[in-house]
Amino acid sequence: MSATTMSGEPISATTAAEHGVDLLQGDTGEWELVVGLEVHVELQTRTKMWCGCSTDFGADPNTNVCPVCTGQPGALPVVNEQAVRDATLLGLALNGEIAPICRFHRKNYFYPDLAKNYQISQYDVPLVNDGWLDVEVPTGDGQSVSRRVRIERLHMEEDTGKSLHVGDTGRLHGADRSLIDYNRCGIPLLEIVSRPDIHDADTAQAYLRELQSIVRATGVSDARMEEGSIRCDANVSVRRPGDELGTRTEIKNLNSIRSLGRAIAYEAQRQIGVIEDGGTIVMETRHWDEGRGVTETLRVKESVTDYRYFPDPDLVEITSPAEKVEAIRTLLPELPAASRARLGEAGVTPEQAAAIIATGLLPWFDDAVAAGADGAAAANWLVGDIAGQLSAEGLRIEAAGLTGAHVAELIALIEDGTLSTKLAKQVVAGVIDARGAKGPAQVAEDQGLRQVSDEGELRTIVEQVVAANADTVEAIRGGNDKAIGALVGQVMKETRGQADPRKTNELLREVIG
Amino acid sequence: MALSADEVRHVARLARLALTDAEVEALAPQLSQILAYAEQVGEVAAQDVEPTTHPFALRDVSRPDEPQPSLPREDVLAAAPHAEQDRFGVPRIVSEEG
Amino acid sequence: MVLTRLSAVELAQKLRTKDVSAVEVVEAHLERIAAIDGVVADGDVWRAVPADELTSRDIHAYLHVTAAAAREHAADVDRRRAAGDDLGPLAGVPLALKDVLTMRGAPTTVGSRMLEGWLPPYDATVTERLRAADLVVLGKTNMDEFAMGSSTENSAYGPTRNPWDLGRVPGGSSGGSAAAVAGLMAPLSIGTDTGGSIRQPAALTGIVGAKPTYGTVSRYGLVAFASSLDQAGPFARTVEDAAHLQTLIHGHDPRDSTSITDTPADLLTTLRDGIDGLRIGVVTELQGDGYEPGVRRVFEQALERFERLGAKIVEVSLPHAGYGLPAYYLIAPSEASSNLARFDGVRYGLRVDAPTAEEMNAATRAAGFGPEVKRRIMIGTHALSSGYYDAYYLQASKVRTLIARDFASAFEQADVLVSPTSPTVAFGLGDKTADPLAMYLNDVATVPASLAGTPALSLPAGTAEAPDAPQATLPVGLQIMAPLLRDDLMYRVGWAFESDLGFTPIPAGDTAVEVA
Ligand SMILES: [Zn+2]
Repeated sequence: MSATTMSGEPISATTAAEHGVDLLQGDTGEWELVVGLEVHVELQTRTKMWCGCSTDFGADPNTNVCPVCTGQPGALPVVNEQAVRDATLLGLALNGEIAPICRFHRKNYFYPDLAKNYQISQYDVPLVNDGWLDVEVPTGDGQSVSRRVRIERLHMEEDTGKSLHVGDTGRLHGADRSLIDYNRCGIPLLEIVSRPDIHDADTAQAYLRELQSIVRATGVSDARMEEGSIRCDANVSVRRPGDELGTRTEIKNLNSIRSLGRAIAYEAQRQIGVIEDGGTIVMETRHWDEGRGVTETLRVKESVTDYRYFPDPDLVEITSPAEKVEAIRTLLPELPAASRARLGEAGVTPEQAAAIIATGLLPWFDDAVAAGADGAAAANWLVGDIAGQLSAEGLRIEAAGLTGAHVAELIALIEDGTLSTKLAKQVVAGVIDARGAKGPAQVAEDQGLRQVSDEGELRTIVEQVVAANADTVEAIRGGNDKAIGALVGQVMKETRGQADPRKTNELLREVIG
Repeated sequence: MALSADEVRHVARLARLALTDAEVEALAPQLSQILAYAEQVGEVAAQDVEPTTHPFALRDVSRPDEPQPSLPREDVLAAAPHAEQDRFGVPRIVSEEG
Repeated sequence: MVLTRLSAVELAQKLRTKDVSAVEVVEAHLERIAAIDGVVADGDVWRAVPADELTSRDIHAYLHVTAAAAREHAADVDRRRAAGDDLGPLAGVPLALKDVLTMRGAPTTVGSRMLEGWLPPYDATVTERLRAADLVVLGKTNMDEFAMGSSTENSAYGPTRNPWDLGRVPGGSSGGSAAAVAGLMAPLSIGTDTGGSIRQPAALTGIVGAKPTYGTVSRYGLVAFASSLDQAGPFARTVEDAAHLQTLIHGHDPRDSTSITDTPADLLTTLRDGIDGLRIGVVTELQGDGYEPGVRRVFEQALERFERLGAKIVEVSLPHAGYGLPAYYLIAPSEASSNLARFDGVRYGLRVDAPTAEEMNAATRAAGFGPEVKRRIMIGTHALSSGYYDAYYLQASKVRTLIARDFASAFEQADVLVSPTSPTVAFGLGDKTADPLAMYLNDVATVPASLAGTPALSLPAGTAEAPDAPQATLPVGLQIMAPLLRDDLMYRVGWAFESDLGFTPIPAGDTAVEVA
C-alpha cells in the first residue's frame, strides 16, 4: 500500500528499541517486527446504521431486512444517532480527538454480501483521530511493562451480510454456491486503526485485550470474538533496524487473541525467511489457518484494488461541537486502567485484576464488595472456582444467574465457618444448577452442606475414630505425625466431608494426647 | 485524454461489466471524446475552492435508534433470481471480500 | 365536454361539484390511452406492446397502465365524496408516474431490461403522498434507461413519440411523462430532473415542467441516477396545475437525509400577483450561438412580453455556466457508476447465469444495461478511479461551487433568471443517437440550475420551425430560474407570462396525434 494513511499523511511507526522490545534473530542478522492492527467492533445499537431494522443476533435469515439494508433501488440511508454517540464515546475512551466535522464516503467494490456493492464508510475525515492506548504487557515473571500504542483513527461504517457456502467443504473454496443472509448487512461497525507501533506478538495481544476491555467498559459492544462482534486484522512487516518500513501483508481470519499472537509470530518468521532466501515480500492478504498454524495467500491482487472513494451524496456531514463532545465525555465510565488501579488497592493481584476486567466480571466484583465481601476473596472466587465451573458448563455468568451478592454471601459463609472451601465449591455448583434461583445459604441448607464445627458433636466422632483405629494412634504416638491425615480422613468420611478440617486436627491431637 | 482499449478493459473490470471486443473498440473513441469535452473543467482555476456535494449545506441529519418494522421475508425474496434456504443464492464466489 | 382536454384544476372543480365522477375521468383517459398509446388494453395492468411491434402512430408514453387499480381508486374517491368526506383539492384527478419511482402493484422498470418485471416491495414517498392526496395513478411512463438521455430513445422498451410530430422525440429522460400530458393521456404527471430531464421534454412537447429546489421533494423511492442532482417534479398543461402538483409532493421527509427541513414556499397564494417591477435577468452565457434561430426568435419575443408586463430586463452573467455541462458529465456519471453497482443479479431483476458469482455479475450487467448506461458507468468509474479523481470528480465538484456562487451573485441583480430551455425544438427520432456528445448538448441550458440546486421551470413560449422542417410548428420552451427555495417566484412569473401569451398546449397538424 502507499506510504500514507487514508488521511494522506505519511505513515509513522515507532521502533522496537523505543518500546524495549527484542529484535528477531534471522540467519543474516537482526530484524525488527512492525505490526499495526485494524480492529472492527460491531455496535450494540438497537437498530442498524442506516435503517430501523433490528440488530438482534441470531434472528432467522433475512428477517431483519428492509429496502435500505437490502439495497433496493430507490432506498436511502439515514444515520443512526446512537451509533454516532457510541463511536464518539469510544473515541474519547481511546484518548482520540473528535473531528468537528466529518463525513461519509462510499467504498466501491463488488461482493454479494454487500447489498449496494459499495460500503458506506469514512475516508479522509473520520470521526476520531490521533488516539492512543497504554497497554500492560506481561513480562512472564508476574510483572508487566506498559507500552503506548498510538491509534491513527476510528471511523464509522457498516457491516456486510453473511454468506453460507454450500457444497463439498462448507468453506468458500470448494463451495459450488453461496447463500446470502442480509440480517447483518448495515449493522453499525467501527474500525479502529492503530499506528504500526507494535513490535512483538505479546504487545499485539495485550492491545487487543485492552481494546476489548475498553469497548466493554463503555458498553457500546459486548466485543465477543467468537460471535464476531469484535474482529481483528493484522498488518505485518519486517525491516532491518533503522530501515524504511518493509512491504506488509494483511492477515485475516484471526478468531481469537491467541491466534493473533500465533499468526504474527509465524508471519514474522515467514517474511524473514523469504527475504533471507533472496525473495521479496508481496503485498497481499493472507489467511490464518488455525489448525495448521500457517498463513496462506488469500488473494494475489491482479490489479491494485481501487475502491473509488467519493463523498456519499445520500448523506450529510456530521458535526461534533465541543458542547456535544463534552456532554458525551461525562458518560465515560471507569476505564480498565483505572479499574486495575482500584482493584490493586482492594488487594487484588494484577493478574486477577486483568482477568476480572478482560472477562467482564468487574460488575460482579463491585457488587460483591458492595455487599460486604473482602476484595481479595471476591477476586479469588470470581476468577478461580466460579470462572472454572462456568467455563466447564459453557455458561456465561449472567446466564448462570450468579450475582455479586451471591459471591458475598458465599464468602461470609466461609468466614463464619459454616462452609469449608471444599463445601463452598459444591455450593457454587448448586447455585449454578439453580440458575441463581437459590442463593448460597439456601443451597447449603437444602443440601445439608455445612461444616461440623460444633465442638461437642465433633469430639464424639473424633473419640469414636480414635477408639476404632488403635494401630494408627499408636503410630502417631510413636512419632509418625503424618499418619494423623488418615484419621482426619476417617472423620471426614463419618461427617460426609462436612467436618471443619482445622478443628478436627486440633481435637484429634487433643484426644490422642 | 484518449483511452486505450486496455484502459477501457481495466475500467470495465472495475465496473464489473463484461464487454465484447466490439464494444471495447466502439467505446474507446466515444469515451475519449466525452472525456476530452469534460476535461474543460480543468481550465477553471479552482485550487482554493471548496468542492460542493450538496446544493444545500445540511448537517447532522439523523434518526433515533428506534426499531421500525422490517419487510416480510417473502416480499424481499420474491424478487430474487435464485433463493434457497431463505437466502439469496449466487454461484460460487471466487474473489475475496474488499 | 372532452374530459381529457381539461386541466387538473378544471377537473377538480367538476369533481367537487359532482358534474363528473372520478370514474368517468379515469375512463376517458384510459380510453384515449388505449386508442393512441400502443398498449395491450386487457387485464388489471395493461402493458405497452413490445418495442418491435410498436407502430409509427403509437405515442408509447406508458410502459404499464394500472387500469384496475385506477378504476378502483377512482370509485373509492367517488364513494367517499358521496359520503361527504373531506377530500384533497385534486382528489380524483388522474396522473401518470415516471417509471423511476417505486409503486407497489405494478412493475418499476426504470426503462431498463435490468429491472424488467421488477415488483418493488415498497412505495416511494412521492407515490405515497400522491395516493394520500387521492390522485389516481393511471400508470408508469416510459423514460430513457435509468434517466440517462435527452430523447427517451434510450428506453429498452422503444422510444416515445412527440405528440406534436410523431416523427420527433419528446425529449428526455422523462419523455413518457411529458408525452402523456401533451398527448392528453393524463392532465398531470411526475417526472424527474437530473440535468434537465423534466424541463427539456416539457419544452419539446409544449407543456409546463418544473424542477423544484433540490431537497424539497423526497428522493426516497426514486431509483437513483445522480443522487446530488435527482429531483422529482411536476408536468402539467398549465402553470397553476404544476404549482398544485408540486404542492402535493414537496415537504420534508425523514427517510431522505438530503430532504430540507424548512417549510417549502407557498406556491399558490402569490401565483397571480403579477410581475410588475420584477427584475428579470437574461443570462449572457445561455443564449446566442448554438441556439436555433427559431428558438432565439421566440426567446426575444418572450423578453418583450416581460417588459410589456412591467418587468425590467437586466443582463446578468453566470461566468462559469459554460463549464456546467463538462462538470455535469463528470459528476452525474460518477455518482451513477456507484448507484448502479447494486444491479448485479443477486437480489432482484435480471440474472444471466454463469459459473461464478463474479462472471454472473458481469454478464448480467452486460446484458441488462443498454449502451448509454454502460457509457456513463464507464465514464464515472474512470472519473473516480485512482489517479483521476482529483482532475475529474473533485475538479468538477469545485466548478459546481463556482457555478452556485455565480447564481448567488446573479440573484443579487435579478429576481429570476431566464433562458431558452433547450437550444433546439424537438428533433427527429434517430437524429442524434449516433453521437453521444451531440445528445448531451441538449442539456446546456438546464444543467447550470441543476448543479446549483436552484428551482427552474419550463413553460411554452411559442412555436417555431425546425432547421430540417421550415414549415413545422413545434413548441419552444422558456426557462425561469429562481433563487433556492423561491419556487413560488418562478411560478408567479410563469403564470403571468402564460396568462398573457394564451398558448394552447394541444398539438395539431398533419404529423401530430389526433386531437380528441
Ligand atoms: Zn433495514
